[in-house]
Amino acid sequence: MPVATAMLEDQDSAASRMAAPSRFGDKAFEWLTLGMALAVILLVFLIGWQLARGSTLAIQKFGFHFLTTSTWDPVAEQFGALPFIYGTVVSSLIALLIAVPLSIGTAVYLTELAPLWIRQPIVSLVEMLAAIPSVILGLWGIFVMIPWLRDYLFPLLKKLFGWTPFFTGPIYGTSMLAGGMIIAVMILPIITSVSREILRSVPKLQREAAYALGATRWEVTRIAVLSYARKGLFGAGILGLGRALGETMAVTMVIGNTPQIAVSLFKPGYTLASVIANEFTEATSDIYLQALFEIGLVLFGVTIVVNLLAQLLLKTMTTKTATRAVQ
Amino acid sequence: MTKSFRFGAKLLGLTIALGLSASASAQLMINGAGATFPYPIYSKWFDAYTKVDPSVRFNYQSIGSGGGQKQIMAQTVDFGASDGPMSDDNLSKAPGKLLHIPTVAGAVVMTYNLAGNPALKLDGPVIAGIYLGQIKKWNDPKLTALNPGVNLPDQEIVVAHRSDGSGTTFIFTDYLSKVSADWKSKVGNNTSVNWPTGIGGKGNEGVSGQVKQTPGAIGYVELIYAIQNKMPYADLKNADGGFVKATLESVTAAMATAQIPDDFRFSITNAPGKDAYPIAGATWLLVYAEQKDATKGKKLVEFLKWAVSKGEGMAKDLDYAPLPDSLQQRVLKRIDEIKL
Repeated sequence: MPVATAMLEDQDSAASRMAAPSRFGDKAFEWLTLGMALAVILLVFLIGWQLARGSTLAIQKFGFHFLTTSTWDPVAEQFGALPFIYGTVVSSLIALLIAVPLSIGTAVYLTELAPLWIRQPIVSLVEMLAAIPSVILGLWGIFVMIPWLRDYLFPLLKKLFGWTPFFTGPIYGTSMLAGGMIIAVMILPIITSVSREILRSVPKLQREAAYALGATRWEVTRIAVLSYARKGLFGAGILGLGRALGETMAVTMVIGNTPQIAVSLFKPGYTLASVIANEFTEATSDIYLQALFEIGLVLFGVTIVVNLLAQLLLKTMTTKTATRAVQ
Repeated sequence: MTKSFRFGAKLLGLTIALGLSASASAQLMINGAGATFPYPIYSKWFDAYTKVDPSVRFNYQSIGSGGGQKQIMAQTVDFGASDGPMSDDNLSKAPGKLLHIPTVAGAVVMTYNLAGNPALKLDGPVIAGIYLGQIKKWNDPKLTALNPGVNLPDQEIVVAHRSDGSGTTFIFTDYLSKVSADWKSKVGNNTSVNWPTGIGGKGNEGVSGQVKQTPGAIGYVELIYAIQNKMPYADLKNADGGFVKATLESVTAAMATAQIPDDFRFSITNAPGKDAYPIAGATWLLVYAEQKDATKGKKLVEFLKWAVSKGEGMAKDLDYAPLPDSLQQRVLKRIDEIKL
């Protein structure tokens, strides 16, 4: 995480400035923390290994087809994960598209513009949003959000953007778009609070320098603050994405749980996490259970791949700015 | 300082004394796991049974039928519970002979959302047609023929089904497989299936939420859930050709007329008899025919006997259908055959 690295660099420079007395305690502390860090890595490998072990039969039986076929039929014991992978990735992307601008906007308002007396109430409210259990959010989704989407927002979207393939077909309310929207609500708090911390860590000098050059408030925010903090904000987005991929309960209740790949966002979809939550408890045959384990393994893989891609994107983005700076 | 130390010591002494007395009158703990559908009645039974035999305590984890079957096969629990009978494959994998003890039954009802809330009549082939995606509109001739006098709208039928694996889906698809050859070959019967059409909702609340909020929707939910939430549900045509309302009595009637084999792995969907409601199913406890631990086994047998005789009397209060007398007698006889 970029935030973490930035903090580490700070600590390093602070340590080198001080003369480090060699003490046993320091060494022990170092080993202890190293052990903890290794334990996390070990845990990740253990999870992966266990999931792979639990799905050996399914991997052998379906092979690579598991990732490329779309049939999910517990009666005939034919299992393919493609619609679930698609649903997970698409619903998470929708969530990011909605949540990132909202979160960064909130964070900018809170750090740059809001009068002091209003900051704390908003911060507490956003943090309270994170404390709502996801099953409650899901019920709210079924009984409040879905009817509203079906009667007001979706018809409007259809009227405005019906010419694109994304907003066509009958409107039921439960849909891929509804799933993405509920995830957006769930990842808003984390992206907002991380973004706020990052914006707060932008040095005052940056802003003062921009003001000194005669920049307006908007220009200061855009050039001196947002552009400076871009890397960290991207990291906040990645943290949100990580949560979005694994969200289960609330999504399950509003996404429609239909394993299909449809371009229209009004159509119901299904996610990897949802199918596990839905079917694990009542799966009785071995191959069925193993297929569900393999879904878990795929989710694990998707999370890793998406995170790697995001890191890669971040890297190319920062090298580009570096070269631009040199030119 | 000393005062608080003394107090602490007293507290410690008290805790030890309590611990000792608890272990002195050690209770026998019988562990079970499985189905969620009968959980309310089972926990009532376990509670009521402490008055019958204070020396036994029950610990039941409602982790789902799949988990119940797995755990009893692995012998990590003393009894399992399942909403569907175990497959031959799973039975052969168990380390000993497993008995199915039916306890109570429930029904699955068709609930719907139509303007004006008309009373609706449905039959098996029409339900299968709707869930196969072949009957698409409420004013389809097949629907209007069943409901003369009801003004059915020219409206799309929105199909809702359970997305989570469940005994309810097992019973529903078991019924459809019996009344429609098309359903049997295309979809089949399981706790979760490859649905040809419709939207999946999680749990009874997910399906009913979908139905309540979508005009023109139809869905299936447990009878208990429909009664407790005052939802409308259709009368169904049974195997004898009459239309029957889903009630606890019509479910018990179905169990009385259904063919029940000696291993009790029965299905009561589409049962004969003029009072039998067609989409119903029982739930079972799973126990080994030979109990390894004689003391525990004896207590378990005593409890089972109490449950299928006295316990059945509590079923109706919790909206479960009790076993008919004839079946109770057969089950009691089977429990007597458990070897200790």
